[in-house]
Amino acid sequence: MEELVNLFHGFAVALQPFNIMVMVLGIVLGVLIGVLPGLGGANGVAILLPLTFSMPPTSAIIMLSCIYWGALFGGAITSILFNIPGEPWSVATTFDGYPMAQQGKAGEALTAAFTSSFVGALFAVIMITLVAPLVASFALQFGPAEKFAVYFLAFCSFVGLSKEPPFKTIAAMMIGFALAAVGLDSITGQLRLTFGVTHLLNGFDFLIAVIGLFGIGEILLTMEEGLAFRGGSAKINLRVVLQTWKELPKYWVTSIRSCVIGCWMGITPAGATPASFMSYGIAKRVSKNGSNFGKGEVEGVVAPETAAHAAGTAALLPMLSLGVPGSPTAAVLLGGLLIWGLQPGPMLFVEQKEFVWGLIASMYLGNLVGLIVVLTCVPVFAAILRVPFSIIAPLILVLCAIGAYSVHSSTFDVVLMLVFGVIGYLLKKCNYPLAPLVLAIVLGDKAEEAFRQSLLGSQGSLGIFFSNTLVSSIMILGLIALFWSVIQQGYTRLRAATA
Amino acid sequence: MTTGSSSNTGPTHKLVEAGVTLLIALFGVIVIVGSMKAGINWGAEGPRAGFFPFYIGIFIVASSAINLWNGLREDNDDLFAEWGQLRQVLSVVVPTAIYVGVMPFIGLYLASMVFIAWFMRWLGKYPWLTVLAISLGMPIVTYFIFERWFMVPLPKGPIEEWLGL
Repeated sequence: MEELVNLFHGFAVALQPFNIMVMVLGIVLGVLIGVLPGLGGANGVAILLPLTFSMPPTSAIIMLSCIYWGALFGGAITSILFNIPGEPWSVATTFDGYPMAQQGKAGEALTAAFTSSFVGALFAVIMITLVAPLVASFALQFGPAEKFAVYFLAFCSFVGLSKEPPFKTIAAMMIGFALAAVGLDSITGQLRLTFGVTHLLNGFDFLIAVIGLFGIGEILLTMEEGLAFRGGSAKINLRVVLQTWKELPKYWVTSIRSCVIGCWMGITPAGATPASFMSYGIAKRVSKNGSNFGKGEVEGVVAPETAAHAAGTAALLPMLSLGVPGSPTAAVLLGGLLIWGLQPGPMLFVEQKEFVWGLIASMYLGNLVGLIVVLTCVPVFAAILRVPFSIIAPLILVLCAIGAYSVHSSTFDVVLMLVFGVIGYLLKKCNYPLAPLVLAIVLGDKAEEAFRQSLLGSQGSLGIFFSNTLVSSIMILGLIALFWSVIQQGYTRLRAATA
Repeated sequence: MTTGSSSNTGPTHKLVEAGVTLLIALFGVIVIVGSMKAGINWGAEGPRAGFFPFYIGIFIVASSAINLWNGLREDNDDLFAEWGQLRQVLSVVVPTAIYVGVMPFIGLYLASMVFIAWFMRWLGKYPWLTVLAISLGMPIVTYFIFERWFMVPLPKGPIEEWLGL
């Protein structure tokens, strides 16, 4: 039980007073980020990343991951009270959460949402504790071909599982890869795609892209909708909380199913948003109260919230053990690791035990702290939402600019951020998914390196990717993921034909 | 949300989407051209620098062609956005562009103060006192958090220099 010992060491790290302080700070900032439009998990973490440059890496990752947990919690508040999802993964929560609030059951809905989030996260963290070390030790044997196969699987899952049209997903992803390729080629040391522009020598930093695409883009979308927040007041008292807690165990089947869906969707980088929709959809189909879904069913809040939080947490598993982030926010955290001088991937578990297990322990504690913070402070956060958008918007824009500048202390990056913002607005409106674009910028260089090194070994033959059982099974999984929707369609047609 | 004469007109979704798709395709062509300049074949050290991005570019162009075809085939007369909405969007983009543009010259703090004040006064129509409090307060708080506590330097202009910060 080496893992258990490691985990206890991790708790010792996470429980240091300074780390507890950054944990609480991170959660509060995270909930704020989740509540405010235009500030999401990914770009919120990206903006605050420079603040951690001077911290020890373990404290830094604790703070940033807690911002992420906070954002996951915070998204539910706006969905339930205002019918405005603060985050894309809380859209499904509005379906039943908002009707509940309208019926005067906002307290119940919020308690159910927060508790389900906590359960989902806890399930995912336990899974990470048990599975991540195994995956990492397994991945230590990977050669370049296997590494490329893992990237291939990750990106194929995007195409097969996302709800956007597959060719738009591919286009968005390839734009990301192309942006990643700009600048110095890491293998030959040659410059490429810079077209003589000196600012492009170092390529595009994905943090700038994240802040622009998600932050500025989101503000522009919100401006277009002319958003005004209107909604019920939030009051949670102990009686409501206890009452709801008494009721929640009834939905244990839904909870477990949502946890599993969430973990699966989080590990394959489909992410929290599709997980929450899928879990809601299945719960609606399976539940005996299914016809009441959409009218204010507690189960309709439990299902998406559990899955979203499980997926958001599980996204850290491939990030830690393979160096492949499962979501844009996990990608930003991965970027943080690189900046602090840590090499993400399986070697982390060997070389940086304190860091990895400190982080895992902080996930247990952070989510617990998060649950307490949101349950006690909902009215405060709801009040922030009533601050008009014409005050919040310029402040968020300034924050984005500060975040973009401080990554490399470059004002050119701030200009780039705005360009990315306008691009993000257009792409989002035209139904292009942004997550694969960002992940491709992050992983582009590594995927390319693995690809070229594999080809070098095989003298240019693509057969290397099917040369042994391990690599071919990962590649075949990838192909299945790539054609998943086609396979699914074929299956339903087949069933319809035989029935 | 919008009222007045501009309520129901605007560019169609089809048109804008076709434009965006063509821009993406153009980007793909640029990537292909840049890759060819860098060399797409095998050199002494294996695949050359343009090898991988070349195929990426091909993928971009190919998928854009399919997206363009799908988009044009679709029977969809929806608006991309109404003119009034686009004006709202531009009322953020243009001042932000100016804000970003002057930042290297007057520094982040002064630019932010003017930007926040403009935004609140022009779009929010707040009384001057509120405008002043927030537009001065936010950069000052930022200064303490970033420069003092976390020691992250932000761009400064002549005024900060004159104040000796």
